[in-house]
Amino acid sequence: MNDIRNIGHYLGRIIVGFGLTMILPVIIGFLFQEINPVLDFLISSAITLLIGVILIQLCRTKEDLDWMQGMIVVSLSWLVAMFLGALPLYLSGHWKSYLDACFEAMSMFTTTGLALVRDLDHLSYTHNLWRHLGNFIGGQGIAIVALSFFVKGTSGAFKMYIGEGRDERLLPNVINTARFIWLISIVYLILGTLILGIIGISIGMKPANAFFHGVCIFMAGFDTAGFAPQSQNILYYHSFLFEAVTIAIMIFGILNFNLHYQLWFGKRKEIWKNIETRVFFISVIGLFFITAVGLNKLGVYPKAIVLFRKGFFQLISGHTTTGYMTVYAGQFINEWGHLAMIGLICAMAIGGCSCSTAGGIKILRIGIFLKALKQDIKRIILPEKAVISQMFHHIKDIFLEDKQVRSALLITLIYIGLYILGAVIGTWFGYPFLDSLFESTSAAANTGLSCGITDASMPAALKITYMFQMWAGRLEFMSIFVLIGFFIAEIKGR
Amino acid sequence: MRNIIFIFLFIIISFSSFCFICYAEEAVLSSELINNARQYDGKIVIYKGEVIGDVMIRGEFAWINVSDGINTIGIWSKKDLVKDILYTGKYKSKGDIIEVKGVFHRACLEHGGDLDIHAEELRKIDNGIATEEKTDIAKRNKAFLLLVITGLVIILSQLKRIRRLG
Repeated sequence: MNDIRNIGHYLGRIIVGFGLTMILPVIIGFLFQEINPVLDFLISSAITLLIGVILIQLCRTKEDLDWMQGMIVVSLSWLVAMFLGALPLYLSGHWKSYLDACFEAMSMFTTTGLALVRDLDHLSYTHNLWRHLGNFIGGQGIAIVALSFFVKGTSGAFKMYIGEGRDERLLPNVINTARFIWLISIVYLILGTLILGIIGISIGMKPANAFFHGVCIFMAGFDTAGFAPQSQNILYYHSFLFEAVTIAIMIFGILNFNLHYQLWFGKRKEIWKNIETRVFFISVIGLFFITAVGLNKLGVYPKAIVLFRKGFFQLISGHTTTGYMTVYAGQFINEWGHLAMIGLICAMAIGGCSCSTAGGIKILRIGIFLKALKQDIKRIILPEKAVISQMFHHIKDIFLEDKQVRSALLITLIYIGLYILGAVIGTWFGYPFLDSLFESTSAAANTGLSCGITDASMPAALKITYMFQMWAGRLEFMSIFVLIGFFIAEIKGR
Repeated sequence: MRNIIFIFLFIIISFSSFCFICYAEEAVLSSELINNARQYDGKIVIYKGEVIGDVMIRGEFAWINVSDGINTIGIWSKKDLVKDILYTGKYKSKGDIIEVKGVFHRACLEHGGDLDIHAEELRKIDNGIATEEKTDIAKRNKAFLLLVITGLVIILSQLKRIRRLG
């Protein structure tokens, strides 16, 4: 009972914080004089606040969270955010069903970017802002967002920070770490919006629209989500400059916040020494080579420069797990061919840096594997008596230990299992295996590139599968396992 | 007899030509263009739909994005051709419906590999309109009721908290 009271209390606080974030779209709605969308958000915000306040009152406690409770609060808060965040979307009438709205909400909070919205081009500014704001909130972590503004000095916050798939602290206090992440994100948001807004005006967009698109594209790009205000995604802008800046934003988004912290304080050398940036660089080159060979073999793009522009953009978008597209979903299947698609699948599967907004297995884990492999090879080559140690640089020099390799391997295997699970279920519903694997990897790695399977008409079971994959992939499993374990224990009566 | 054969042949040829013209002049759907892009690459197509978003002027040319309700395709056109477009589709407006005749490119070399249509002819076939937003009364009432209830619950919980602390 104590567990439930603690979980309920903190969940209530997160829900209240979440309800208050819905006020921002209300302000935008008033500015653009969109009455019905404003009403959608007032209804949703009122329901959310009501649930949150009632939950706090019912589960009053002064106790801090223990590890298990912290993990459960995190996993539940993402589910609750999905159900409540879907309310304004559903009320707009642009989603076929509440399930579709939930799919979109899960996709936006987990910064995936797969969308089921209908007639996006006529969606209100208010709802569009919510979709992108959801990316921004989800990118930072829902529980941490709420707690960094509404809680002071609780060790429970640290447990939630870990539960949301982050394991690095920039500052001794986790709340200060979360606030610093916010500071970085907001400074970049202002700069990114200005740059994209100016480019938007220069390519012929109206100023208000250009800056609105700027803020949306930045939020979805930096938080590696891949939503855009128009149905054509980045193709809408028909601009090389816009694409180039978007690539830079996506790469900025996948950098470890710890790395951002070092760069902010003038330690620029860190970017060249860090294992994650090095592995990312090598991985991009290798996977772009595979993608380019695949595209060239089929003569998809007749000029090298065109092949580079299309291939590289999609590859970076996949590798950073953003999901921005400058091709149509159908072109992946009809034109890109198997080899280029495999290149993209691998990029999505690996994903970005740890402690960033990116999804996927994470580059750090791949780096640890490669170091472990190097260590094993050394062990075979060198005399038996030789003492072999392996180091890697990640903010500081770290000795490679077996437990790091074991943990990296375990998480990687679970990710691969999740990718395959979605692919098998997709194949079960009649989609070709490679297409299913592409879409499944995109969902589980929180990428959002689509080869066309994700559509309002796809089977409900497949929608639920992808929703589960997005949720599990974003939280990196542990808090979900704890939640499942908790329910089993409650049923069994412990 | 020769006259009958001549008339018969004339009818067949005329009918075939008519059918061919009808086929050629029929607007192609975006899904057809995207899914069979190689087949249509470099060919003149007719595409019809609503102009959405911005009319982006680029020097003597302009980009517009046209949606046929399934997908949206970029149209590269001379600036003069788009001057009659008054409304573009967004939340508060229904865009002009246009018909474009132009060259379809699967991977346009001029535009970084974009799938697009270079317009040769463009005509407006239906005017767009600024849609007036009518307040949904049922939604307004629900919002009002929920806000009042939420406000009351928050006030009560705060009073309870003050009483407990006091």
